[in-house]
Amino acid sequence: MEEEIIISGRLNEKVDPLLHIWGWEIAFYLFAGGLAAGLLFFASLSYLRGKENDYTATVKWAPLFAPILLVLGLGALFLDLHHKLYFWRLYTTIKLQSPMSWGAWTLMVITPLSIIWCATFIRDIYPNWDWKFKFLYQIENFFIKYRKVLAWVMVFYSAILGIYTGILLSAFNARPLWNTSILGPLFLASGLSAGAAVIVALTKNEIERKFFSRIDLIIIGVELFFIIHMFMGFLASTQVQIEAAQLFLGGSYTLPFWIFVVFIGMLVPALLEYLELKGQKIPVIIPVALILFGNVMLRFIIVYAGQASRYLY
Amino acid sequence: MRYAMAIDTKKCVGCSDCVVACQLENKVPIGYCRDWIVETTSGTYPDLTLEFRSERCHHCANAPCVRCCPTGASHIEEGGVVLVTAEKCIGCGACIASCPYDARYPHPDGYVDKCTFCIHKVRKGEQPACVEVCPTHCLYFGDLDDPNSDVSRKIKERKYKRLKTEAGTDPQLYFLI
Ligand code: SF4
Ligand code: SF4
Repeated sequence: MEEEIIISGRLNEKVDPLLHIWGWEIAFYLFAGGLAAGLLFFASLSYLRGKENDYTATVKWAPLFAPILLVLGLGALFLDLHHKLYFWRLYTTIKLQSPMSWGAWTLMVITPLSIIWCATFIRDIYPNWDWKFKFLYQIENFFIKYRKVLAWVMVFYSAILGIYTGILLSAFNARPLWNTSILGPLFLASGLSAGAAVIVALTKNEIERKFFSRIDLIIIGVELFFIIHMFMGFLASTQVQIEAAQLFLGGSYTLPFWIFVVFIGMLVPALLEYLELKGQKIPVIIPVALILFGNVMLRFIIVYAGQASRYLY
Repeated sequence: MRYAMAIDTKKCVGCSDCVVACQLENKVPIGYCRDWIVETTSGTYPDLTLEFRSERCHHCANAPCVRCCPTGASHIEEGGVVLVTAEKCIGCGACIASCPYDARYPHPDGYVDKCTFCIHKVRKGEQPACVEVCPTHCLYFGDLDDPNSDVSRKIKERKYKRLKTEAGTDPQLYFLI
């Protein structure tokens, strides 16, 4: 057998022997961004469909989490930076070729939008809310008047945010596992599924809950389809991508991925949601928690495994 | 102008002098390196072939690290040299993740660091530290656009290979074989 042994005298911290430049911070950032995208997407879409007063959990309650998640996500991104004092440099340039750049800008746009969205509904949720100053009421009225425009912008931006969480990784052709364009749609779907799950947990309206349970089931189906597709693509590709796929097909990430992400995070909650829709008594919090767990695990495993996949010498 | 380097794998003995010279010249923090030696053994015993390569950043003509950098800290300078401006770098690590050769490392001071082809010396008409110090004279540095430069002549005379060209980076280190 022809063999090649490589001995390298390099031992740079965080790069050798296996790349480990990104840890939990980026994984959490992607999870928080994806979930916020899902919540805002459903909120604005339901509003545009005229469901403002039927789907109150979707339109008014669930989006309250979005600004919190976005700020936490940005906080995690900040923690990940090694040269923190220069953070502001992110916002002195726009580099369209760099997903990190336009992603940071997307967050900069959607975070205030989500805060405005929540603020325009705050008096619906808390009737006693007092803005204290007259000009705040005026601002509120202004945005309520243009809520429809706001909703359109948010549908658009939340979809970009959801896709961005995947594209951030897929732009790196040096890491064959990440270098697949399906990661964008997969992470978007996964964020939407998490968003739908949170709505299911929050709502007290039977129709709303059933509706989003069904949506969630469909999205989980789509996600599974994407995952199968991803592996088909890898296995039909170059040696480096075949090896990347092997990480999940017998390699060190096999069990965590198929058990935590696919089985516990998708199949089991899908089955529970299905049974629940069929009238079985199952507390919805169980499938919801599992879906969120699967979501977090998907991000962590892809972020970590991607760094273990590499070009051959 | 297109700076490039040719590395004669038949002459390199893997002594690591280039690594030490770089660490001294560029004040590379202890435990890190901007260039390194790769030693490969290939074949089936007893027919084995040994190869030594002195490696560093490939100063790719199509550099993914520059593309991925959100702030423009990673950029291409005169002669195609890929550099990092420390005062612009936020240390996000995107460039490290994007380099197929793992040629970059996070400097303990926060920014990302890598080989500069000793551009500060080259501008003064000198050679990079690794080239100057190599006891077997196996490193050749120069301008590919100048047909009389050391590197141009070596590439014309000898067979060479480039590493991981399938990653689409158009690397500018030429390994003479
Ligand atoms: S070798 Fe790596 S760091 Fe150097 S230019 Fe190419 S991609 Fe960038
Ligand atoms: S770590 Fe610095 S040089 Fe690298 S991509 Fe981020 S900002 Fe650019």
